[in-house]
Amino acid sequence: MTYLANSQDAEFVLRHVVQFDALCERAGLDEVNTDLAASILEEAGKFATEVLAPLNRFGDQNPPTLGEKGVQETAGFKEIYQSFAEAGWLSLGAAEEFGGQALPNVIGTAVNEIWQAANMSYALCPMLSQGAMESIGHHASHELQSIYLPRLASGGWTGTMNLTEPDAGSDLAAVKTKAVPQGDHYLISGQKIFITWGDHQMTENIVHLVLARLPDAPAGVKGISLFIVPKYVVNADGSLGARNAAHCLSLEHKMGIHASPTCVMLFDNAVGYLIGEANKGLPYMFTMMNHARQAVGLQGLSISERAYQLARQYAKDRLQGTRRDGSRIPIIEHADVRRMLMIMKSGIEAMRALAFVAAAEVDRARYESDSDKAAFHAARVELYTPIVKGWLTELSQELTYLGVQIHGGMGYIEETGAAQHYRDARILTIYEGTTGIQAADLVGRKTLADQGQGLGLLLAEMAELDASAYPNFAPALAAGQAAREFILSHAASDPQLAGSASVNLMMLMGYLCGGWLLIKGAQAAQNQLAQGEGDPEYLKAKVITAQFYHDHLLLRALSHLAAIKAGSAAIMALAEDQF
Amino acid sequence: MKIVVAIKRVIDYSVKVRVKSDQSNVDLANVKMALNPFCEIAVEEAVRLKEAGKATEIVVVTIGPKAAQDQIRAAMAMGADRGIWVETVDTELDALTVAKLLAKVVQNEQPQLVLLGKQAIDSDNNQTGQMLAALLDYPQATFASKVVIEGNEAVVTREIDGGLQTLGLTLPAIVTTDLRLNEPRYVKLPDIMKAKKKTLDATTPEALGVSLQKSIKLLKVEAPAERQGGIKVESVDALIDCLKNKARVI
Repeated sequence: MTYLANSQDAEFVLRHVVQFDALCERAGLDEVNTDLAASILEEAGKFATEVLAPLNRFGDQNPPTLGEKGVQETAGFKEIYQSFAEAGWLSLGAAEEFGGQALPNVIGTAVNEIWQAANMSYALCPMLSQGAMESIGHHASHELQSIYLPRLASGGWTGTMNLTEPDAGSDLAAVKTKAVPQGDHYLISGQKIFITWGDHQMTENIVHLVLARLPDAPAGVKGISLFIVPKYVVNADGSLGARNAAHCLSLEHKMGIHASPTCVMLFDNAVGYLIGEANKGLPYMFTMMNHARQAVGLQGLSISERAYQLARQYAKDRLQGTRRDGSRIPIIEHADVRRMLMIMKSGIEAMRALAFVAAAEVDRARYESDSDKAAFHAARVELYTPIVKGWLTELSQELTYLGVQIHGGMGYIEETGAAQHYRDARILTIYEGTTGIQAADLVGRKTLADQGQGLGLLLAEMAELDASAYPNFAPALAAGQAAREFILSHAASDPQLAGSASVNLMMLMGYLCGGWLLIKGAQAAQNQLAQGEGDPEYLKAKVITAQFYHDHLLLRALSHLAAIKAGSAAIMALAEDQF
Repeated sequence: MKIVVAIKRVIDYSVKVRVKSDQSNVDLANVKMALNPFCEIAVEEAVRLKEAGKATEIVVVTIGPKAAQDQIRAAMAMGADRGIWVETVDTELDALTVAKLLAKVVQNEQPQLVLLGKQAIDSDNNQTGQMLAALLDYPQATFASKVVIEGNEAVVTREIDGGLQTLGLTLPAIVTTDLRLNEPRYVKLPDIMKAKKKTLDATTPEALGVSLQKSIKLLKVEAPAERQGGIKVESVDALIDCLKNKARVI
């Protein structure tokens, strides 16, 4: 089955939950508004349905191979990449100076949802190019920018991120790859693993961003620098020179995202160029990390939406059970199948609301002229990012699991495609910082570091919502407040508390944010219905979906609070050899 | 050369069409709408003529409620220069009424070429282009699979029963487009942005001096009968017997 972008819900969230028109007005973006976003989503949806989605299954069954010329991507991917680039989709967020459209981040997010849902393995490639553009755009010299940004924005070249090494995964302080100065450039040597789209034949060049150490660099995270290492060395006039010593050694065999080549990369005295200043690699990575982590969180939404569309169709078509008159019953009439579909639908709508609201905070921080307000929004981005990455991807495990479950035995058979979504989703809680890393970020850098101030402001903002018609909201919000207070007051006396409570705090905040934004959306839908505006069927469904989430998912926040309050005792009590 | 392209907002081709429970019409509530695929081909052809230096301006016109502006913007993103929206509340106008409205627009715009899709996929009437040609007394070529402009003439290849027919039309002329004429492009993101800045003029049937009379009444819409399951036969002879006597196809 193909995929149809849910542009109606995306447009509703932009208009009524994100309040995108107000954002654009305040930012002074005259020609950008929700109507423009809607036309962009419409065309993106069409492209995704007709061009990207049809190759999703084929890519799963025909992964890339490694040959003498390097990695050969799945047949047909080069063509879809080229039409994707020609249509200008890579230039969406790039600066006008470098051939971009300079559109707000939240539009890019809404469009990326569509790419990732249509064909996640493919969409990882442009996603990494966006990440590379982000890093180069923020930190590289203007000279490097003017060579690399226009070619990345046009899609002529793609980008990769080379961070992980065999001994340096979550712990980047252990990076060993070396960079030796050589005239106007550096020679990079070392091995990197898990490099997504590290090699392919779709474009004439590939821009690797590589973390490496200079010979005199201090130990640990303060001695890591960030380099551009192109597959083909770029001459001063922008033309391509010799093949650089940056090669794919082997491809991983993975559980999912089969069509995305995951490369072991060998850099053997490869020519590289320093981005920004020496030894600042890690802070540079952090500036793009919010973007990259939110982008992976968004993949959790996308893969869930795709799984939902497949399960919904199956539930309508699959006949099991017979009525008294002899006619057969589609399984969607059974309450338990409804329950599963409603968990999927309401979870997806909550994810979409949170992903877009978080993405819009990036814009609110960027365009705000008042520095206090800009700082407020920047802090909100920091706070939302681990929740978006952690909660959306964790929830996507449950939702793609339900996608298989609704199919019954047929879901376990690869033929229906439900299993692919389940397998593809599994990487999401792992790459770009595991769930544990996101939760540690939330409890440490985002909560304990500022004495819970940012989290307190968010909870206070939630308390302003008139949720009298939603009785479960107050206890869920109270759970958020209690979790914050408990962690702040016990972290000092129990060094294991933060680590023990972190994932529960992240999940609690995810369910709470989702409920908050769904209720806001439901209230906007009710207003529209009262005024006779909009599509009544969609709006009524929006209200009912929020009600389901309120009844069935929101109170999960309370069990997460209970686990937080249990502290670290039982978690840490066993001796290691008792495991 | 100026080209006018008439376009229609219809139910999206990928949507599974449902009939309303009272059988009064097709159910359009909460359904994705899009530019009629044949109209999209007409817009694409106009844009290609402009890119080839044959046309200088492309004006798209549609008739319908405010939402139909979306399809004008989509056509502008493909490359049309200007839009005209004739506002009507009714989405079920007779083909003759549509042709009369279009005739007025064509008289105002004075294009050399008018392109229309050969039919809309919602009601499959295949009438508007022909009626428009009659009202304007312009030459017409329907079901076009190739359009070449040579001086004051359009050389149009038509798909007809049993083959292809080539007609030479003196401009101004009406051409309706068939599926094989071209493959519409995917819209480019920068062009979506540009489309927002293009002129879209609104007008009404009253301003055009056309009354919306109805000469056709929709009585009932029924879904096609559900397909019956197949049967298995024991032998080739039984198969032939079934084809002859049951299915009556040989």
